[in-house]
Amino acid sequence: MSVYVNKDTKVIVQGITGGTAKFHTRQMLDYGTKIVGGVTPKKGGTEVEGVPVFNTVQDAVDETGANASVVYVPAPAAADAILEAVDAELDLVICITEHIPVMDMVKVKRAMEGKKTRLVGPNCPGVITADESKIGIMPGYIHKKGHIGVVSRSGTLTYEAVHQLSEAGYGQTTAVGIGGDPVNGTDFIDALSAFNEDPETEAVVMIGEIGGTAEEEASEWVKANMDKPVVGFIGGATAPPGKRMGHAGAIISGGKGTAEEKIRVMNESGIQTADTPADIGETMINVLKENGLQEKCKTH
Amino acid sequence: MNIHEYQGKDILRESGVNVPNGHVAYTIDEAVNAAKKLNSDVTVVKAQIHAGGRGKAGGVKIAKNLDDVRTYADEILGKNLVTHQTGPEGKEVKRLLIEEGSDIQNEYYVGLVMDRATSRVVMMASEEGGTEIEEVAAETPEKIFKEVIDPVVGLSGYQARRLAFNINIPDELIGKAAKFMIGLYNVFVEKDCSIAEINPLVTTGDGQVMALDSKLNFDDNAMFRQKDVMELRDLEEEDEKEIEASKYDLSYVALDGNIGCMVNGAGLAMSTMDIIKHYGGEPANFLDVGGGATAEKVTEAFKIILSDSHVKGIFVNIFGGIMKCDVIAEGVVEATKQVGLDIPLVVRLEGTNVELGKQILDESGLNITSAGSMADGAEKIVSAVK
Repeated sequence: MSVYVNKDTKVIVQGITGGTAKFHTRQMLDYGTKIVGGVTPKKGGTEVEGVPVFNTVQDAVDETGANASVVYVPAPAAADAILEAVDAELDLVICITEHIPVMDMVKVKRAMEGKKTRLVGPNCPGVITADESKIGIMPGYIHKKGHIGVVSRSGTLTYEAVHQLSEAGYGQTTAVGIGGDPVNGTDFIDALSAFNEDPETEAVVMIGEIGGTAEEEASEWVKANMDKPVVGFIGGATAPPGKRMGHAGAIISGGKGTAEEKIRVMNESGIQTADTPADIGETMINVLKENGLQEKCKTH
Repeated sequence: MNIHEYQGKDILRESGVNVPNGHVAYTIDEAVNAAKKLNSDVTVVKAQIHAGGRGKAGGVKIAKNLDDVRTYADEILGKNLVTHQTGPEGKEVKRLLIEEGSDIQNEYYVGLVMDRATSRVVMMASEEGGTEIEEVAAETPEKIFKEVIDPVVGLSGYQARRLAFNINIPDELIGKAAKFMIGLYNVFVEKDCSIAEINPLVTTGDGQVMALDSKLNFDDNAMFRQKDVMELRDLEEEDEKEIEASKYDLSYVALDGNIGCMVNGAGLAMSTMDIIKHYGGEPANFLDVGGGATAEKVTEAFKIILSDSHVKGIFVNIFGGIMKCDVIAEGVVEATKQVGLDIPLVVRLEGTNVELGKQILDESGLNITSAGSMADGAEKIVSAVK
């Protein structure tokens, strides 16, 4: 079992003819992901990395039976690409693209209300279920199959945490990058709830950063609903207020969204936090020991 | 992106949102001429810098005649204003807004922000105008009223009226206040704002509802479709290194320490600062080279870090996903060739094409300390600069 994606997920790549998309299509194919098609308007009928290209998402779905898409379309057209995938009634759309205007995302979220499609991202590394399906841009080799779920606002910090867990012998079920934008699809609570229901997942790493109050809300949710241990980390403890730290959503404004406050609420909700990003793996191992889960989660 | 108050008011005026008449002035003579043109009983001389708290710092003066305008313009132009938002070093005033005075009856607050929890734009209003909204939120949160706006319909008339009634705008001005709010929301959406704050919004003796101040911030990601707004950017208000970085789509924030950082990914870049601090060092900057960086961009990033004279050592921390390690390695080698390097450099590479990246660095013959992990790298660079 896993969360959101597995070996049967059939994926189309939107914007497949772009340089980055081509590179990652190859990487995803090599990982074993079922990439069944690509979409680039006016490039229908061609092929990229042996994958057939279609003019529209609907064409691709009709021909291939795809149920998920990954979006590499440049920012000005990315919101439209997401909407096209929603219109084709895919189960899952993972948007890698960064720098999408936030007003576009407000409209996308409004348009998605009541629709069946789940959006992950934008501005995220994607979703990977180890040894089954890698949809996005993460380096596949660091992920090992196991029992730890990972959910994160940051791509590279996800890799950092996964790498530490794998090195220590603790594999993962699924790693979900929810992205660094202020308006996104899947949030912490969605992913935590999915991990809570996933029988293979025994514990979850939750990686947040400064800005907004999503971590605080998720902590409250964990306290009230989560049956499995959660370990946390918050990036940006040394970030100055009022400055946007790379991610559109990573900004302390009006004294709100500090790492200190997030860590306080997480700890109060029973979430143990790592002092530095280098300690995420070790903090999880300690928590597994405390919960008698170490044996079960040691996979290699 | 930020713009000046007068530029914000120009945008509002063009969109039919009520603001006082006023003109920008770069010199004392321009200030006096602007006041002549306005021909009002009272003229306000306002310092234009990208920071709030100007009034308290002596950057806003009320002139009763043209001589006063001359005196105040002379006093404020070139003055280094230190407000709670400028930092202790302050900001030099290079532009003035010369504005007609208003017969203020009451002050209110109206603001628009992107609300993450609802993924909608939210309008906030309060009768505590002139006070910072954070202060009101902390002390009398019951005095802040909010309306969540559906992007399909926009700010509805009933929502605007409800806000206006809630903040006790006099009945005869409810219609004008609602029109103002709807106009402000339309500007927010059309111009891709990230924040629009009118503090204070005032009612006047002659029955007007207008913006006495304006703070508009814009979504950097939408500037490709807001060419007019982009032209309002005042580079003198921004950090030189941050401007240079933005030319290459690098995300850079200057800090006070001496360890330069080059990292991929915002989360990792922030955490790299955190871990340097954890080991007793001080980061000189936040720098995210992003996902689609080329060797050329990495070279520029390196140059920007080295242009900071406080930098005594550099930590490159890369976990390649979309970013390939060999691209980073090529950039590092190219940059050091171009600018020379006489300070310690610690590099930690992991992820996509890591072996190729390490090979490029090894074969470069450069004096590079390699690190096995993020913690290892942080420890090494901190001890190297001590």
